[in-house]
Amino acid sequence: MKLKRNIAISDSGFVFNPSTGDSYSLNPVGLEILTLAKAQKNKDEIRQYMLDNYLLDLDTFEKDFDDFANMLDHFNLIEK
Amino acid sequence: MSKPVFNIALTGLNAIDSPGSGSGVIRSLREPKDFDVRIIGLAYENLEPCIYMPHLVDKTYRIPYPSEGQEALLERLRYIHAQENLHIIFPNFDSELYNFIKLEKKLADEMQIKMLLPTLEQFESRHKAVLYEFGEKAGIKVPKAKPVFSAMEIAKIAYDFRFPLVVKGKYYEAAVTYTIEQAQQHFHKISAKWGLPILLQEFVHGTELNVCGIGDGKGNLLGAVSMRKLYITDKGKAWAGITIDDDELTDLTQKFVEKSHWKGGFELEIIRNGNGEYYLLEINPRFPAWSYLTTGAGQNQAALLVNMAMGLPYEPFTSYEVGKMFIRFSEDMVVDLQDFEKISTFGEK
Amino acid sequence: MSKKQYERPVIQQLRTGITSKFGAAFESQALTHIDGVAVKDLIKEFGSPLFVLSERKIRENFKAANRSFKNRYPKVQFAWSYKTNYLNAICKVFHQEGSWAEVVSRFEYDKAIKNGVPPSKIIFNGPDKTDKDLELAASNHSPIHIDHFDELYRLKEIAEKLGRKIKVAIRVNMDTGVYPVWDRFGFNYENGQAWEAIQKIINSDTLDLVGLHTHIGTYMLTPNAYAVASSKLCYLAINVKKSFGKVVEYIDMGGGFASKNTLKGMYLKGVDVVPSVDEYADAITSAFLNAGFPTEDLPFLYLETGRALIDDAGFLLGSVIANKRLSDGRKATIMDFGVNIMFTSFWFDHKISPAQQSGGYTEDTVLYGPLCMNIDVLRENISLPPLNTGDQVVVHHVGAYNITQSMQFISMRPAIVLIDRNGKANVIRKLETLETLEKDELMPEYLEKIDL
Repeated sequence: MKLKRNIAISDSGFVFNPSTGDSYSLNPVGLEILTLAKAQKNKDEIRQYMLDNYLLDLDTFEKDFDDFANMLDHFNLIEK
Repeated sequence: MSKPVFNIALTGLNAIDSPGSGSGVIRSLREPKDFDVRIIGLAYENLEPCIYMPHLVDKTYRIPYPSEGQEALLERLRYIHAQENLHIIFPNFDSELYNFIKLEKKLADEMQIKMLLPTLEQFESRHKAVLYEFGEKAGIKVPKAKPVFSAMEIAKIAYDFRFPLVVKGKYYEAAVTYTIEQAQQHFHKISAKWGLPILLQEFVHGTELNVCGIGDGKGNLLGAVSMRKLYITDKGKAWAGITIDDDELTDLTQKFVEKSHWKGGFELEIIRNGNGEYYLLEINPRFPAWSYLTTGAGQNQAALLVNMAMGLPYEPFTSYEVGKMFIRFSEDMVVDLQDFEKISTFGEK
Repeated sequence: MSKKQYERPVIQQLRTGITSKFGAAFESQALTHIDGVAVKDLIKEFGSPLFVLSERKIRENFKAANRSFKNRYPKVQFAWSYKTNYLNAICKVFHQEGSWAEVVSRFEYDKAIKNGVPPSKIIFNGPDKTDKDLELAASNHSPIHIDHFDELYRLKEIAEKLGRKIKVAIRVNMDTGVYPVWDRFGFNYENGQAWEAIQKIINSDTLDLVGLHTHIGTYMLTPNAYAVASSKLCYLAINVKKSFGKVVEYIDMGGGFASKNTLKGMYLKGVDVVPSVDEYADAITSAFLNAGFPTEDLPFLYLETGRALIDDAGFLLGSVIANKRLSDGRKATIMDFGVNIMFTSFWFDHKISPAQQSGGYTEDTVLYGPLCMNIDVLRENISLPPLNTGDQVVVHHVGAYNITQSMQFISMRPAIVLIDRNGKANVIRKLETLETLEKDELMPEYLEKIDL
């Protein structure tokens, strides 16, 4: 999952896509994951970080991460 | 002696093509010499223009939609009151008034917040569906109207009333229709948005006139300014208007306040037909978008209501300047994304 | 270092008009306990989905309504509307509180008898009563409310056959200023039909007119409609005395008080706009007291209030089966209860709360039931915190009609528990099983054997 280059994320969970003008809001876990993606972390690294830091099992992570990535794709926020 | 500062919250910050009343009321409230105000905006949507106008609004909070219920609204107002120590709230939307009226006592008892609102009974009696009855009691002509719950009922009523027929929503929106198909189409469109019933009203042809006024809740008219719209936008809103002097209109307003014991601001929409008969089309239970014209014509009605609410002395208005005009204009503000971010993610700005 | 609480990641596009957490925070508040009993424990013990009824709430509702009317009018009698919820345990709670029974079919009538209600305190309503039903009710001295002329004539024959006078009331329909007018039940007031029926009864030696009845509608939001209806019935009663010297013993104002549910298409919340029982009581009793009855002729006021007394005492607990994403990006959540046991979701937008605490973030969701049917939609759009498989929700205000109208379909109907005043959960109907379902099935012999 590679976030588009110019996507702006603020600490409040506010996301702005300068190339479309659309803005979005994230919940705290969504913000955490998107911040990691913005820092060029790949899925393996994000998985490891999440499992280390959250009360979370692998299956749930996979399921939710894929769904989240699909939504980011749906909103045109990641590179194809 | 230093002037008192009143913290006043209001809604209706949507100064857009079909504008809310907020900005006009705020401008009136900022004029008086005897008090200062801190204006707290209450917004339903992130893009209401006044949120981004610091010369009008000092701070804005998002509040839940009326359909979210009174508990949600009360919770939010408690939070806002804790930050701002509100003295007065001026609701400016028809659709929110029911909830505010129901909460009036609680807001007064718990937070000492004052509002100048019609009673629930007055509010209900001006409801479009029962306006005809009210008119009969008050001796004011009102076009015939009937509430309908199903598009099937339209044909029968159309036969009684004849076309053209006005199809009206419970809170907002109206369309003049000329065929059953048109009426049905608007029935579905408007009911999808504002719920049932839909009101079918006899169409009265003539000149549209408006009155913006205030009542003291005891049957006394404290101020009234009559206006004729000079030009109307395609949304049916006034583009420009002029204050006029029409004795019959003043009499009708006097009668309305006497019979209803109206409390607070109101707007009457009236049609004068070719025979010089006056029909009351609608009672809006709040100030209209053009209320700043009354201030310009010498009746700062909003300020009078503040004095009344805060227990300060006030004098009823007896006259105003005739021939004062308003012309509505729009301009584009340039706004930083950070401001939008604040209101949309934190719910306050 | 302890790990952080996890919640499913959510991203939502900001639009104007979107409900943000500042709008919907209140709705997403969790309801973890009902009458002090944990939702989790209830589901663990009795399964999911599960209907839960609060006895405390039922009794509170009844006492409040009873007080509200009795404070305003000296002669008041409630009769529990069986069709609203005829679980025997529920009926008995109402009977313990002093409620009579109001029934609209033979099996409801038999149920009331079995529940120990004296027959003279069972009001027999409704358009569908067979000759046998009428004979039984007549011999038992149960007041019979006549719905149409055919029934009136049949009752006259039955009275002759039985050789005794039958106590009857007529059901009257009328314009109360509320549309649509319910004119399919009973005799019309405005066109003189009601008066005609009254004359026929009074002039017969076999029928005894003891009451007048009306049921003006359901989920009535305007107390004034009851004031209008009350005045009209009182006017009829006074005219009966004037014309025939006969005192009408009671006027039955039926049911129809709204519960706190929100009707689909209603802009404001039901809980905010629905009149209180006090407002209905005011409208009805003022009309009675101002009608001009001499004190000794004041009729009894009967009420068949159903929905308003039980709806908010009923909850439906359920669990999340799965989440999915629809083609347009909307979130969909599949619950383990469907429209077959939540019939009222066809006309109400029921309030639904999560049963566990969560962060303040919510997500717009479509809520589906588990049936393989496209119509199985519980809420077209609801803002809920991110729910995971196995998470639980509580549906509010389902005490009226859902249990009596529920259908067995695809899955078994759930157990029903009543939480008593000591906080103990009593099963009052067991979860259906395959045996329940097949109990009355018969198999033709030639179909016994299959060979695959």
